[in-house]
Amino acid sequence: MRTKRLFLVSFVAILGPLVASCGGAPDGGAKGSGGIVVFAASSLTEAFTEVATAFNGVNPNAKVMFNFAGSGELVTQISQGAPADAFVSADDSNMKKLAAVGEVAGDPVVIAKNTFQIIVENGNPQGITGLLDLANPELVVVLCAETVPCGTGAATILKNSNVTVTPKSLEDKVKGVVAKVTTGEADAGIVFVTDVKAAGDKASGVEIPTDVNVVTNYPMAVTKEAANAALARVFIDFVSASQGQAILAKYGFLAP
Amino acid sequence: MIRRRRPKRRSGVPAWVMALAAVAVLFFALPVIGLLWRAPWSNAWAYLSEDSALTALRLSMVCSLWATLLSIIFGVPLAWLLARVQFVGRSAVRALCMMSMVLPPVVGGVALFFALGRRGIVGQYLDRWFDLRLPFTTAGVVIAQTFVAMPFLVVTVEAALRQLDTSFEDAARTLGASRWYTFRRVTLPAIGPALAAGSALAWARALGEFGATITFAGNFPGTTQTMPLAVYLALETNPEQAIVLALVMIAISFAVLVALRDRWFIRAGNEPTRVQP
Repeated sequence: MRTKRLFLVSFVAILGPLVASCGGAPDGGAKGSGGIVVFAASSLTEAFTEVATAFNGVNPNAKVMFNFAGSGELVTQISQGAPADAFVSADDSNMKKLAAVGEVAGDPVVIAKNTFQIIVENGNPQGITGLLDLANPELVVVLCAETVPCGTGAATILKNSNVTVTPKSLEDKVKGVVAKVTTGEADAGIVFVTDVKAAGDKASGVEIPTDVNVVTNYPMAVTKEAANAALARVFIDFVSASQGQAILAKYGFLAP
Repeated sequence: MIRRRRPKRRSGVPAWVMALAAVAVLFFALPVIGLLWRAPWSNAWAYLSEDSALTALRLSMVCSLWATLLSIIFGVPLAWLLARVQFVGRSAVRALCMMSMVLPPVVGGVALFFALGRRGIVGQYLDRWFDLRLPFTTAGVVIAQTFVAMPFLVVTVEAALRQLDTSFEDAARTLGASRWYTFRRVTLPAIGPALAAGSALAWARALGEFGATITFAGNFPGTTQTMPLAVYLALETNPEQAIVLALVMIAISFAVLVALRDRWFIRAGNEPTRVQP
Protein backbone atom coordinates (compact mmCIF):
# COMPACT_ATOMS: atom_id res chain seq x y z
CA MET A 1 0.00 0.00 0.00
CA ARG A 2 2.82 2.28 0.89
CA THR A 3 4.58 1.47 -2.39
CA LYS A 4 1.43 2.29 -4.30
CA ARG A 5 1.23 5.66 -2.65
CA LEU A 6 4.89 6.33 -3.33
CA PHE A 7 4.33 5.41 -6.96
CA LEU A 8 1.36 7.76 -7.18
CA VAL A 9 3.24 10.63 -5.64
CA SER A 10 6.23 10.18 -7.91
CA PHE A 11 3.90 9.79 -10.86
CA VAL A 12 2.19 13.04 -9.99
CA ALA A 13 5.50 14.68 -9.20
CA ILE A 14 6.92 13.77 -12.60
CA LEU A 15 3.84 14.32 -14.72
CA GLY A 16 2.48 17.36 -12.93
CA PRO A 17 5.09 19.92 -14.03
CA LEU A 18 5.40 18.20 -17.42
CA VAL A 19 1.75 18.63 -18.26
CA ALA A 20 1.69 22.09 -16.77
CA SER A 21 4.54 23.20 -18.99
CA CYS A 22 3.29 21.49 -22.13
CA GLY A 23 -0.32 22.59 -21.96
CA GLY A 24 0.37 26.14 -20.92
CA ALA A 25 0.18 27.63 -24.41
CA PRO A 26 -2.37 30.45 -24.74
CA ASP A 27 -5.42 29.36 -26.65
CA GLY A 28 -7.73 32.35 -26.55
CA GLY A 29 -11.35 31.77 -25.60
CA ALA A 30 -11.10 28.62 -23.42
CA LYS A 31 -12.10 29.00 -19.79
CA GLY A 32 -9.17 27.05 -18.45
CA SER A 33 -6.06 25.51 -19.85
CA GLY A 34 -2.95 23.73 -18.75
CA GLY A 35 -2.88 21.04 -16.14
CA ILE A 36 -3.58 20.80 -12.44
CA VAL A 37 -3.04 18.18 -9.81
CA VAL A 38 -5.82 17.88 -7.29
CA PHE A 39 -5.10 16.15 -3.97
CA ALA A 40 -8.46 14.72 -2.98
CA ALA A 41 -9.82 12.63 -0.09
CA SER A 42 -10.10 9.00 -1.16
CA SER A 43 -13.88 8.95 -0.61
CA LEU A 44 -14.11 11.21 -3.68
CA THR A 45 -12.28 8.78 -5.99
CA GLU A 46 -15.20 7.63 -8.14
CA ALA A 47 -17.13 10.91 -8.10
CA PHE A 48 -14.17 13.18 -8.87
CA THR A 49 -12.92 10.97 -11.67
CA GLU A 50 -16.28 11.48 -13.34
CA VAL A 51 -16.29 15.20 -12.56
CA ALA A 52 -12.90 15.50 -14.28
CA THR A 53 -14.24 13.84 -17.41
CA ALA A 54 -17.13 16.28 -17.50
CA PHE A 55 -14.76 19.18 -16.84
CA ASN A 56 -12.61 18.05 -19.72
CA GLY A 57 -15.66 18.13 -21.99
CA VAL A 58 -16.15 21.82 -21.22
CA ASN A 59 -12.44 22.69 -21.07
CA PRO A 60 -10.77 20.50 -23.69
CA ASN A 61 -7.40 22.17 -23.19
CA ALA A 62 -7.31 21.53 -19.49
CA LYS A 63 -6.03 18.40 -17.85
CA VAL A 64 -6.99 17.45 -14.31
CA MET A 65 -5.00 14.81 -12.48
CA PHE A 66 -5.67 13.39 -9.04
CA ASN A 67 -3.82 12.05 -6.09
CA PHE A 68 -6.38 10.26 -3.95
CA ALA A 69 -5.46 9.31 -0.37
CA GLY A 70 -6.66 9.80 3.18
CA SER A 71 -7.07 13.48 4.06
CA GLY A 72 -4.44 13.28 6.79
CA GLU A 73 -1.88 11.72 4.45
CA LEU A 74 -2.56 14.38 1.83
CA VAL A 75 -1.93 17.13 4.36
CA THR A 76 1.41 15.51 5.19
CA GLN A 77 2.33 15.19 1.52
CA ILE A 78 1.48 18.81 0.69
CA SER A 79 3.30 20.12 3.76
CA GLN A 80 6.35 18.12 2.64
CA GLY A 81 6.30 19.85 -0.74
CA ALA A 82 4.27 17.51 -2.96
CA PRO A 83 3.07 19.43 -6.06
CA ALA A 84 -0.64 20.09 -5.51
CA ASP A 85 -2.76 22.82 -7.10
CA ALA A 86 -5.84 22.15 -5.04
CA PHE A 87 -6.79 20.12 -1.98
CA VAL A 88 -10.11 18.61 -0.93
CA SER A 89 -10.43 17.27 2.60
CA ALA A 90 -13.10 14.92 3.88
CA ASP A 91 -13.40 17.03 7.03
CA ASP A 92 -12.82 20.55 8.30
CA SER A 93 -10.01 19.66 10.67
CA ASN A 94 -7.54 18.48 8.02
CA MET A 95 -8.19 21.60 5.94
CA LYS A 96 -7.53 23.66 9.07
CA LYS A 97 -4.33 21.70 9.63
CA LEU A 98 -3.09 22.56 6.15
CA ALA A 99 -4.10 26.19 6.56
CA ALA A 100 -2.25 26.31 9.88
CA VAL A 101 1.03 25.51 8.14
CA GLY A 102 0.34 28.25 5.59
CA GLU A 103 -0.24 26.00 2.58
CA VAL A 104 -3.77 27.16 1.73
CA ALA A 105 -4.47 30.16 -0.52
CA GLY A 106 -7.76 31.95 0.14
CA ASP A 107 -10.85 30.62 1.88
CA PRO A 108 -11.88 26.99 1.41
CA VAL A 109 -15.23 26.33 -0.26
CA VAL A 110 -17.45 23.49 0.94
CA ILE A 111 -18.18 21.46 -2.21
CA ALA A 112 -20.16 18.60 -0.66
CA LYS A 113 -21.41 17.09 2.55
CA ASN A 114 -21.59 13.51 3.67
CA THR A 115 -23.39 11.61 6.38
CA PHE A 116 -23.28 8.16 7.94
CA GLN A 117 -25.02 4.83 7.56
CA ILE A 118 -24.67 1.41 9.12
CA ILE A 119 -23.04 -0.86 6.57
CA VAL A 120 -24.12 -4.49 6.62
CA GLU A 121 -23.66 -7.44 4.32
CA ASN A 122 -25.75 -7.42 1.19
CA GLY A 123 -29.35 -8.19 2.02
CA ASN A 124 -28.76 -7.60 5.73
CA PRO A 125 -28.65 -11.28 6.78
CA GLN A 126 -28.44 -10.39 10.49
CA GLY A 127 -31.55 -8.24 10.26
CA ILE A 128 -29.90 -5.16 11.74
CA THR A 129 -32.44 -2.36 12.02
CA GLY A 130 -30.58 0.36 13.87
CA LEU A 131 -27.79 1.48 16.16
CA LEU A 132 -29.16 -0.43 19.16
CA ASP A 133 -28.49 -3.72 17.38
CA LEU A 134 -24.80 -2.89 17.21
CA ALA A 135 -24.56 -3.35 20.98
CA ASN A 136 -25.36 -7.06 20.56
CA PRO A 137 -22.17 -8.89 21.65
CA GLU A 138 -22.95 -11.71 19.21
CA LEU A 139 -22.29 -9.41 16.28
CA VAL A 140 -18.85 -8.60 14.92
CA VAL A 141 -18.82 -4.82 14.65
CA VAL A 142 -15.87 -2.86 13.24
CA LEU A 143 -15.49 0.91 13.36
CA CYS A 144 -12.94 3.46 12.17
CA ALA A 145 -10.28 4.60 14.61
CA GLU A 146 -10.91 8.07 16.03
CA THR A 147 -7.83 9.31 14.19
CA VAL A 148 -9.81 9.42 10.94
CA PRO A 149 -13.04 11.33 10.14
CA CYS A 150 -15.24 8.24 9.94
CA GLY A 151 -14.07 7.27 13.43
CA THR A 152 -14.84 10.58 15.11
CA GLY A 153 -18.19 10.57 13.30
CA ALA A 154 -19.05 7.06 14.49
CA ALA A 155 -18.02 7.89 18.06
CA THR A 156 -20.22 11.00 18.09
CA ILE A 157 -23.19 9.09 16.66
CA LEU A 158 -22.91 6.33 19.27
CA LYS A 159 -22.60 8.93 22.01
CA ASN A 160 -25.60 10.85 20.69
CA SER A 161 -27.70 7.70 20.76
CA ASN A 162 -26.35 6.37 24.08
CA VAL A 163 -25.30 3.08 22.57
CA THR A 164 -22.18 1.31 23.80
CA VAL A 165 -20.49 -0.81 21.17
CA THR A 166 -17.47 -3.04 21.64
CA PRO A 167 -15.86 -3.10 18.21
CA LYS A 168 -13.61 -5.98 17.21
CA SER A 169 -11.36 -3.62 15.29
CA LEU A 170 -10.67 0.09 14.86
CA GLU A 171 -9.74 0.47 11.21
CA ASP A 172 -7.23 3.02 9.97
CA LYS A 173 -9.46 4.01 7.09
CA VAL A 174 -13.09 3.81 6.14
CA LYS A 175 -12.43 1.36 3.29
CA GLY A 176 -11.01 -1.04 5.90
CA VAL A 177 -14.44 -1.20 7.54
CA VAL A 178 -16.09 -1.66 4.14
CA ALA A 179 -13.69 -4.47 3.22
CA LYS A 180 -14.30 -6.33 6.48
CA VAL A 181 -18.05 -6.21 5.98
CA THR A 182 -18.03 -7.07 2.27
CA THR A 183 -15.73 -10.07 2.85
CA GLY A 184 -18.13 -11.29 5.52
CA GLU A 185 -15.63 -11.09 8.38
CA ALA A 186 -17.62 -8.40 10.14
CA ASP A 187 -21.39 -8.11 10.45
CA ALA A 188 -21.69 -4.34 10.63
CA GLY A 189 -19.85 -1.06 10.76
CA ILE A 190 -20.50 2.67 10.58
CA VAL A 191 -19.31 4.33 7.38
CA PHE A 192 -20.21 7.20 5.08
CA VAL A 193 -23.36 6.90 2.98
CA THR A 194 -21.17 7.26 -0.11
CA ASP A 195 -19.09 4.23 0.91
CA VAL A 196 -22.18 2.04 1.13
CA LYS A 197 -23.20 3.26 -2.29
CA ALA A 198 -19.73 2.67 -3.72
CA ALA A 199 -19.75 -0.91 -2.40
CA GLY A 200 -22.62 -1.58 -4.82
CA ASP A 201 -24.35 -4.94 -4.44
CA LYS A 202 -21.74 -6.21 -1.99
CA ALA A 203 -23.25 -4.28 0.91
CA SER A 204 -26.48 -2.73 2.14
CA GLY A 205 -27.02 0.37 4.23
CA VAL A 206 -29.20 0.85 7.30
CA GLU A 207 -30.29 4.43 7.98
CA ILE A 208 -29.17 6.31 11.07
CA PRO A 209 -31.80 8.77 12.37
CA THR A 210 -30.88 12.37 11.49
CA ASP A 211 -31.24 13.58 15.09
CA VAL A 212 -28.21 11.48 16.13
CA ASN A 213 -26.39 11.38 12.80
CA VAL A 214 -23.38 13.54 11.92
CA VAL A 215 -22.94 15.59 8.75
CA THR A 216 -19.39 16.29 7.58
CA ASN A 217 -18.07 18.95 5.21
CA TYR A 218 -15.79 18.52 2.20
CA PRO A 219 -13.89 21.82 2.00
CA MET A 220 -11.81 22.50 -1.13
CA ALA A 221 -9.10 25.13 -1.60
CA VAL A 222 -6.33 26.26 -3.90
CA THR A 223 -2.91 25.55 -2.40
CA LYS A 224 -0.33 28.22 -1.71
CA GLU A 225 2.26 26.63 -3.99
CA ALA A 226 -0.18 25.97 -6.85
CA ALA A 227 1.59 25.98 -10.23
CA ASN A 228 -1.69 26.79 -11.98
CA ALA A 229 -3.89 28.55 -9.44
CA ALA A 230 -6.13 30.01 -12.16
CA LEU A 231 -7.15 26.61 -13.50
CA ALA A 232 -7.51 25.26 -9.96
CA ARG A 233 -10.04 28.03 -9.29
CA VAL A 234 -11.92 27.24 -12.51
CA PHE A 235 -12.10 23.59 -11.46
CA ILE A 236 -13.40 24.42 -7.97
CA ASP A 237 -16.10 26.60 -9.57
CA PHE A 238 -17.01 23.74 -11.87
CA VAL A 239 -17.35 21.31 -8.95
CA SER A 240 -19.56 23.81 -7.10
CA ALA A 241 -21.75 24.50 -10.15
CA SER A 242 -24.74 22.41 -11.25
CA GLN A 243 -22.90 19.87 -13.40
CA GLY A 244 -20.33 19.02 -10.74
CA GLN A 245 -22.98 18.92 -8.02
CA ALA A 246 -25.18 16.58 -10.07
CA ILE A 247 -22.31 14.08 -10.36
CA LEU A 248 -21.52 14.30 -6.63
CA ALA A 249 -25.19 13.76 -5.80
CA LYS A 250 -25.22 10.67 -7.99
CA TYR A 251 -22.54 9.15 -5.75
CA GLY A 252 -24.50 9.89 -2.61
CA PHE A 253 -22.96 13.18 -1.51
CA LEU A 254 -25.22 15.86 -0.05
CA ALA A 255 -25.34 19.41 -1.42
CA PRO A 256 -23.21 21.89 0.56
CA MET B 1 57.17 5.87 -13.48
CA ILE B 2 58.12 2.44 -12.22
CA ARG B 3 55.70 2.47 -9.34
CA ARG B 4 52.49 3.72 -10.85
CA ARG B 5 50.36 1.56 -8.72
CA ARG B 6 50.84 1.91 -5.04
CA PRO B 7 49.76 -0.97 -2.92
CA LYS B 8 46.30 -0.31 -1.56
CA ARG B 9 46.03 0.18 2.14
CA ARG B 10 42.51 -0.91 2.85
CA SER B 11 42.95 -4.60 2.14
CA GLY B 12 42.57 -4.07 -1.56
CA VAL B 13 39.12 -2.45 -1.64
CA PRO B 14 39.02 -0.03 -4.58
CA ALA B 15 38.06 3.55 -3.80
CA TRP B 16 34.96 3.47 -5.98
CA VAL B 17 33.64 0.44 -4.11
CA MET B 18 34.15 2.32 -0.85
CA ALA B 19 32.39 5.36 -2.29
CA LEU B 20 29.36 3.40 -3.46
CA ALA B 21 29.22 1.52 -0.18
CA ALA B 22 29.35 4.83 1.67
CA VAL B 23 26.39 6.06 -0.36
CA ALA B 24 24.52 2.90 0.55
CA VAL B 25 25.27 3.38 4.25
CA LEU B 26 24.12 6.99 4.08
CA PHE B 27 20.98 5.92 2.25
CA PHE B 28 20.01 3.74 5.22
CA ALA B 29 21.40 6.00 7.92
CA LEU B 30 19.84 9.27 6.83
CA PRO B 31 16.19 8.32 7.44
CA VAL B 32 17.10 7.12 10.93
CA ILE B 33 19.04 10.33 11.52
CA GLY B 34 15.99 12.21 10.24
CA LEU B 35 13.81 10.50 12.85
CA LEU B 36 16.33 11.24 15.58
CA TRP B 37 16.52 14.84 14.42
CA ARG B 38 12.75 15.34 14.54
CA ALA B 39 12.16 13.35 17.70
CA PRO B 40 10.54 15.30 20.54
CA TRP B 41 13.16 14.38 23.10
CA SER B 42 11.67 16.39 25.95
CA ASN B 43 8.35 14.55 25.75
CA ALA B 44 9.73 11.20 24.69
CA TRP B 45 9.34 9.54 28.06
CA ALA B 46 5.79 10.76 28.49
CA TYR B 47 4.78 9.38 25.10
CA LEU B 48 6.43 6.06 25.83
CA SER B 49 5.02 5.50 29.26
CA GLU B 50 1.48 5.88 27.97
CA ASP B 51 -0.49 2.69 28.48
CA SER B 52 -1.37 2.43 24.83
CA ALA B 53 2.28 2.48 23.80
CA LEU B 54 3.31 -0.12 26.37
CA THR B 55 0.39 -2.37 25.43
CA ALA B 56 1.31 -2.19 21.76
CA LEU B 57 4.97 -2.85 22.51
CA ARG B 58 4.18 -5.87 24.65
CA LEU B 59 1.83 -7.27 22.02
CA SER B 60 4.42 -6.73 19.31
CA MET B 61 7.06 -8.62 21.28
CA VAL B 62 4.80 -11.55 22.13
CA CYS B 63 3.41 -11.90 18.62
CA SER B 64 6.71 -11.53 16.78
CA LEU B 65 8.38 -14.13 19.03
CA TRP B 66 5.53 -16.56 18.46
CA ALA B 67 5.77 -15.92 14.72
CA THR B 68 9.52 -16.61 14.84
CA LEU B 69 8.98 -19.81 16.82
CA LEU B 70 6.35 -21.04 14.35
CA SER B 71 8.64 -20.09 11.49
CA ILE B 72 11.41 -22.25 12.97
CA ILE B 73 9.13 -25.20 13.75
CA PHE B 74 7.66 -25.32 10.25
CA GLY B 75 10.32 -23.48 8.27
CA VAL B 76 13.33 -25.70 9.03
CA PRO B 77 11.57 -28.89 7.82
CA LEU B 78 10.38 -26.95 4.77
CA ALA B 79 13.91 -25.76 4.05
CA TRP B 80 15.11 -29.35 4.47
CA LEU B 81 12.51 -30.58 2.01
CA LEU B 82 13.45 -27.95 -0.55
CA ALA B 83 17.19 -28.46 -0.17
CA ARG B 84 17.50 -32.21 0.13
CA VAL B 85 14.52 -33.99 -1.35
CA GLN B 86 14.23 -34.37 -5.09
CA PHE B 87 10.64 -34.31 -6.21
CA VAL B 88 8.63 -33.25 -9.20
CA GLY B 89 7.55 -29.63 -8.98
CA ARG B 90 10.06 -28.66 -6.32
CA SER B 91 10.71 -25.28 -7.96
CA ALA B 92 7.00 -24.60 -8.04
CA VAL B 93 6.62 -25.51 -4.38
CA ARG B 94 9.56 -23.29 -3.48
CA ALA B 95 8.12 -20.38 -5.47
CA LEU B 96 4.74 -20.91 -3.83
CA CYS B 97 6.26 -20.77 -0.35
CA MET B 98 8.16 -17.58 -1.21
CA MET B 99 5.09 -15.88 -2.64
CA SER B 100 4.31 -13.90 0.49
CA MET B 101 7.66 -12.11 0.15
CA VAL B 102 6.54 -10.36 -3.03
CA LEU B 103 2.82 -10.22 -2.35
CA PRO B 104 1.76 -6.78 -1.11
CA PRO B 105 1.04 -7.48 2.58
CA VAL B 106 -2.46 -6.02 2.34
CA VAL B 107 -3.26 -8.51 -0.41
CA GLY B 108 -1.72 -11.20 1.76
CA GLY B 109 -4.15 -10.22 4.51
CA VAL B 110 -7.13 -10.46 2.19
CA ALA B 111 -5.85 -13.83 0.93
CA LEU B 112 -5.69 -15.03 4.54
CA PHE B 113 -9.36 -14.02 4.88
CA PHE B 114 -10.21 -16.21 1.92
CA ALA B 115 -8.30 -19.08 3.51
CA LEU B 116 -8.87 -18.76 7.25
CA GLY B 117 -11.57 -16.10 7.61
CA ARG B 118 -15.14 -16.76 8.67
CA ARG B 119 -16.06 -17.44 5.05
CA GLY B 120 -12.70 -18.89 4.01
CA ILE B 121 -11.96 -22.28 2.48
CA VAL B 122 -10.79 -23.68 5.81
CA GLY B 123 -11.97 -20.89 8.09
CA GLN B 124 -15.66 -21.62 7.60
CA TYR B 125 -15.14 -25.10 9.05
CA LEU B 126 -13.02 -23.80 11.92
CA ASP B 127 -15.94 -21.52 12.69
CA ARG B 128 -18.66 -24.15 12.25
CA TRP B 129 -17.00 -27.13 13.91
CA PHE B 130 -14.73 -25.62 16.52
CA ASP B 131 -16.23 -22.14 16.95
CA LEU B 132 -12.74 -20.90 16.19
CA ARG B 133 -12.38 -17.47 14.59
CA LEU B 134 -8.93 -16.17 13.75
CA PRO B 135 -9.62 -12.65 12.38
CA PHE B 136 -9.60 -9.95 15.07
CA THR B 137 -7.65 -12.14 17.51
CA THR B 138 -4.06 -12.14 18.73
CA ALA B 139 -3.67 -15.56 17.10
CA GLY B 140 -4.65 -13.85 13.85
CA VAL B 141 -1.77 -11.39 14.30
CA VAL B 142 0.66 -14.28 14.82
CA ILE B 143 -0.64 -16.00 11.68
CA ALA B 144 -0.35 -12.83 9.58
CA GLN B 145 3.20 -12.26 10.84
CA THR B 146 4.23 -15.88 10.29
CA PHE B 147 2.82 -15.73 6.78
CA VAL B 148 5.11 -12.87 5.76
CA ALA B 149 8.11 -13.77 7.94
CA MET B 150 8.68 -17.50 7.45
CA PRO B 151 10.08 -17.29 3.88
CA PHE B 152 13.02 -15.24 5.16
CA LEU B 153 13.99 -18.10 7.44
CA VAL B 154 13.37 -20.76 4.81
CA VAL B 155 15.52 -19.01 2.20
CA THR B 156 18.43 -18.61 4.62
CA VAL B 157 18.32 -22.12 6.03
CA GLU B 158 17.81 -23.73 2.63
CA ALA B 159 20.92 -21.97 1.27
CA ALA B 160 22.96 -23.21 4.24
CA LEU B 161 21.71 -26.78 3.81
CA ARG B 162 22.63 -26.71 0.13
CA GLN B 163 26.15 -25.49 0.85
CA LEU B 164 26.70 -28.02 3.58
CA ASP B 165 28.98 -30.85 2.61
CA THR B 166 26.82 -33.94 3.02
CA SER B 167 29.84 -36.20 3.51
CA PHE B 168 29.90 -35.31 7.21
CA GLU B 169 26.34 -36.46 7.60
CA ASP B 170 27.02 -39.54 5.53
CA ALA B 171 30.01 -40.34 7.71
CA ALA B 172 27.93 -39.99 10.85
CA ARG B 173 25.27 -42.28 9.39
CA THR B 174 27.76 -44.95 8.34
CA LEU B 175 29.22 -44.84 11.83
CA GLY B 176 25.83 -45.85 13.12
CA ALA B 177 24.31 -42.54 14.18
CA SER B 178 20.55 -42.36 13.89
CA ARG B 179 18.93 -39.83 11.56
CA TRP B 180 17.81 -37.65 14.46
CA TYR B 181 21.20 -37.88 16.16
CA THR B 182 22.94 -36.91 12.92
CA PHE B 183 20.63 -33.96 12.47
CA ARG B 184 21.06 -32.82 16.05
CA ARG B 185 24.83 -33.29 16.36
CA VAL B 186 26.05 -32.75 12.78
CA THR B 187 23.62 -30.82 10.64
CA LEU B 188 22.21 -28.45 13.22
CA PRO B 189 25.57 -27.13 14.49
CA ALA B 190 26.68 -26.61 10.92
CA ILE B 191 23.60 -24.64 9.91
CA GLY B 192 23.32 -22.95 13.32
CA PRO B 193 24.56 -19.55 12.18
CA ALA B 194 22.24 -19.60 9.18
CA LEU B 195 19.35 -20.65 11.40
CA ALA B 196 20.11 -17.77 13.75
CA ALA B 197 20.41 -15.34 10.86
CA GLY B 198 17.18 -16.59 9.31
CA SER B 199 15.36 -16.41 12.64
CA ALA B 200 16.59 -12.86 13.17
CA LEU B 201 15.41 -11.84 9.72
CA ALA B 202 12.04 -13.51 10.24
CA TRP B 203 11.67 -11.92 13.64
CA ALA B 204 12.54 -8.46 12.30
CA ARG B 205 10.07 -8.89 9.46
CA ALA B 206 7.37 -10.03 11.89
CA LEU B 207 8.06 -7.12 14.22
CA GLY B 208 7.62 -4.60 11.41
CA GLU B 209 4.60 -6.33 9.84
CA PHE B 210 1.79 -3.93 9.11
CA GLY B 211 -0.33 -4.62 6.03
CA ALA B 212 -1.30 -8.23 6.56
CA THR B 213 -1.91 -7.63 10.25
CA ILE B 214 -4.28 -4.69 9.90
CA THR B 215 -6.14 -6.45 7.10
CA PHE B 216 -6.47 -9.91 8.61
CA ALA B 217 -6.39 -9.23 12.34
CA GLY B 218 -7.71 -5.68 12.41
CA ASN B 219 -6.62 -3.03 14.85
CA PHE B 220 -7.74 -3.15 18.46
CA PRO B 221 -5.63 -2.03 21.43
CA GLY B 222 -4.54 -4.97 23.56
CA THR B 223 -5.58 -7.74 21.20
CA THR B 224 -4.34 -6.88 17.71
CA GLN B 225 -2.81 -3.39 17.77
CA THR B 226 0.91 -4.01 17.37
CA MET B 227 3.58 -1.28 17.32
CA PRO B 228 3.53 -0.65 13.56
CA LEU B 229 -0.25 -0.19 13.70
CA ALA B 230 0.02 2.13 16.68
CA VAL B 231 2.72 4.11 14.88
CA TYR B 232 0.66 4.39 11.71
CA LEU B 233 -2.43 5.59 13.57
CA ALA B 234 -0.45 8.01 15.70
CA LEU B 235 1.01 9.47 12.51
CA GLU B 236 -2.42 10.90 11.68
CA THR B 237 -3.03 12.63 14.97
CA ASN B 238 0.17 12.76 16.95
CA PRO B 239 3.21 12.53 14.65
CA GLU B 240 5.58 13.22 17.54
CA GLN B 241 4.39 10.16 19.40
CA ALA B 242 4.63 8.16 16.17
CA ILE B 243 8.29 9.10 15.85
CA VAL B 244 9.04 8.10 19.42
CA LEU B 245 7.30 4.75 19.00
CA ALA B 246 9.13 4.13 15.72
CA LEU B 247 12.46 4.92 17.34
CA VAL B 248 11.75 2.40 20.08
CA MET B 249 11.15 -0.27 17.45
CA ILE B 250 14.34 0.71 15.69
CA ALA B 251 16.33 0.63 18.92
CA ILE B 252 15.06 -2.81 19.90
CA SER B 253 15.65 -4.42 16.52
CA PHE B 254 19.03 -2.69 16.20
CA ALA B 255 20.16 -4.04 19.54
CA VAL B 256 19.00 -7.56 18.73
CA LEU B 257 20.58 -7.59 15.27
CA VAL B 258 23.89 -6.24 16.55
CA ALA B 259 23.97 -8.72 19.42
CA LEU B 260 23.17 -11.62 17.11
CA ARG B 261 25.81 -10.49 14.67
CA ASP B 262 28.50 -10.69 17.33
CA ARG B 263 27.24 -13.95 18.68
CA TRP B 264 26.67 -15.85 15.45
CA PHE B 265 27.46 -14.21 12.16
CA ILE B 266 31.04 -13.14 12.76
CA ARG B 267 31.94 -16.50 14.22
CA ALA B 268 30.49 -18.12 11.16
CA GLY B 269 32.26 -15.71 8.85
CA ASN B 270 35.72 -15.99 10.32
CA GLU B 271 35.96 -19.68 10.80
CA PRO B 272 35.16 -22.32 8.27
CA THR B 273 32.24 -24.38 9.42
CA ARG B 274 33.70 -27.26 11.39
CA VAL B 275 31.82 -30.31 12.27
CA GLN B 276 32.91 -32.55 15.07
CA PRO B 277 31.42 -35.98 14.84
